Amino acid sequence: MIPGSFEYHRPSSVQEAVGLLAKLGDDGRAIAGGHSLIPMMKLRLAKPAHLVDLGGIADLKGIRADGSDIVIGAMTTQHELIGSSLLESKLPILRETSLQVADPQVRYMGTLGGNVANGDPGNDMPAVMLCLGATYHVMGKSGERRIAAREFYQGAYFTAIEGGDLLTAVRIPVPPAGHGYAYEKLKRKIGDYATAAAAVVLTMSGGRVANCSIGLTNVAETPLWAEEAAKILNGSALDAATVKRAVAAAEAITAPAADARGPAAYRTKMAGVMLTRALARAKSKARG
Amino acid sequence: MAKSQVAMKVNGATVEALVEPRTLLIHFLREELRLTGPHIGCETSHCGACTVDLNGKSVKSCTIFAVQANGADIRTIEGMANADGTLHALQEGFREMHGLQCGFCTPGMITRAYRLLQENNNPSEEEIRFGIAGNLCRCTGYQNIVRAIQYAAAKLNGVPFQEAAE
Ligand SMILES: Cc1cc2nc3c(=O)[nH]c(=O)nc-3n(C[C@H](O)[C@H](O)[C@H](O)COP(=O)(O)OP(=O)(O)OC[C@H]3O[C@@H](n4cnc5c(N)ncnc54)[C@H](O)[C@@H]3O)c2cc1C
Ligand code: FES
Ligand code: FES
Repeated sequence: MIPGSFEYHRPSSVQEAVGLLAKLGDDGRAIAGGHSLIPMMKLRLAKPAHLVDLGGIADLKGIRADGSDIVIGAMTTQHELIGSSLLESKLPILRETSLQVADPQVRYMGTLGGNVANGDPGNDMPAVMLCLGATYHVMGKSGERRIAAREFYQGAYFTAIEGGDLLTAVRIPVPPAGHGYAYEKLKRKIGDYATAAAAVVLTMSGGRVANCSIGLTNVAETPLWAEEAAKILNGSALDAATVKRAVAAAEAITAPAADARGPAAYRTKMAGVMLTRALARAKSKARG
Repeated sequence: MAKSQVAMKVNGATVEALVEPRTLLIHFLREELRLTGPHIGCETSHCGACTVDLNGKSVKSCTIFAVQANGADIRTIEGMANADGTLHALQEGFREMHGLQCGFCTPGMITRAYRLLQENNNPSEEEIRFGIAGNLCRCTGYQNIVRAIQYAAAKLNGVPFQEAAE
């Protein structure tokens, strides 16, 4: 399987890349780690006439603290997310999630920017970004826009990214110290996309949920932010009855496709099971 | 399509070539450089038989274009033996512990295990299994592959290899 022909460009700055992508229009495509795009090109599901390789742009790398946020460059790999001590102390859910993405080889190449910009509902990072309330920095012809992750995903492979746009960084507000977190993913084997997965971040106060946020992976055309379910849990002690109601509310917003991972009803139920487990594990890690 | 000039270091030697941008690194290695150690098992980024070491990362060379490897430092199974021609500890381990049957997955397994041991010179069994999760073997059931990597880790650390109690 050999991808179709294309012309290769390797810009060295964001400006140069944005200029190229704007000029090439629909014929151009950014390539980051290539671990979603190259498989699609082999299958001719993608046939870009020009590839703009982001691998030579130093400004797209790196993880830094910026006030109460963490800003992660788009070209930061999943392997680098796993190894970051800053993330381990401030945003440990990213390490936990990265370890459940694909396999070691894929994680050396696959980038955070590619994972969130790809728009495949099977990608794991988008639901975590909805859960955390992340913002994407998007550079286009007319300058930088900041787009909330919760408003970014429009359909399978449809996002707020338009021709010529480059996602340059992901900005994540750091959850309070002592927060609980979990990413629970059901997969058939290592390297598989989720049958269903749930991301939870919560803070507890006096044994009750002070604040809770939930994201769901691969149970609809887009990642889901389960706002209603989180509202039900706020103020509760995560008792079984309340959890059950919240899980039902989360299941109600799913609309999974039936595929080799199972029929739709099964995947909806598995989203509920993953959420139940994620809530229990997040609670056990939370202080307060 | 315009060809691109690439230069890279492969097993210590500098190579230069003109490649079509769509040439995958595995095809460049096998067909241009005649390094047929890295195998093509699946072509779909799943099996890891094509794994090579690239700038300190284990990568599936079927899922990267040769142009992306311009300037890179690459090591394949052909570059694994010691400078004096003796087998690398991993190669010896695979032989001693019967870490292969048909051998198709072995070049990928060894190059991946090489990087794993660079990053963690004393991995637990679980860390080994997790670390080679991107490499499939249809013959061995992995048991002896894990032992082979443990053997190599012990040898590289200069300690006697001890089989874990069953
Ligand atoms: C065997 C295998 C298993 C996998 N399993 C999982 C899994 O379990 N979970 C998971 O989440 N992923 C999985 N993946 C996908 C992997 O994580 C990809 O690396 C990731 O989805 C995309 O990142 P990338 O850097 O490789 O992007 P690329 O493949 O280079 O790009 C993907 C898309 O995003 C666009 N893009 C990339 N970067 C930018 C940017 N900065 N700005 C604008 N557009 C951009 C590209 O144009 C392209 O359309 C798997 C991949 C493989 C091969
Ligand atoms: S041939 Fe590259 S992963 Fe199978
Ligand atoms: S020894 Fe045959 S595939 Fe591994």
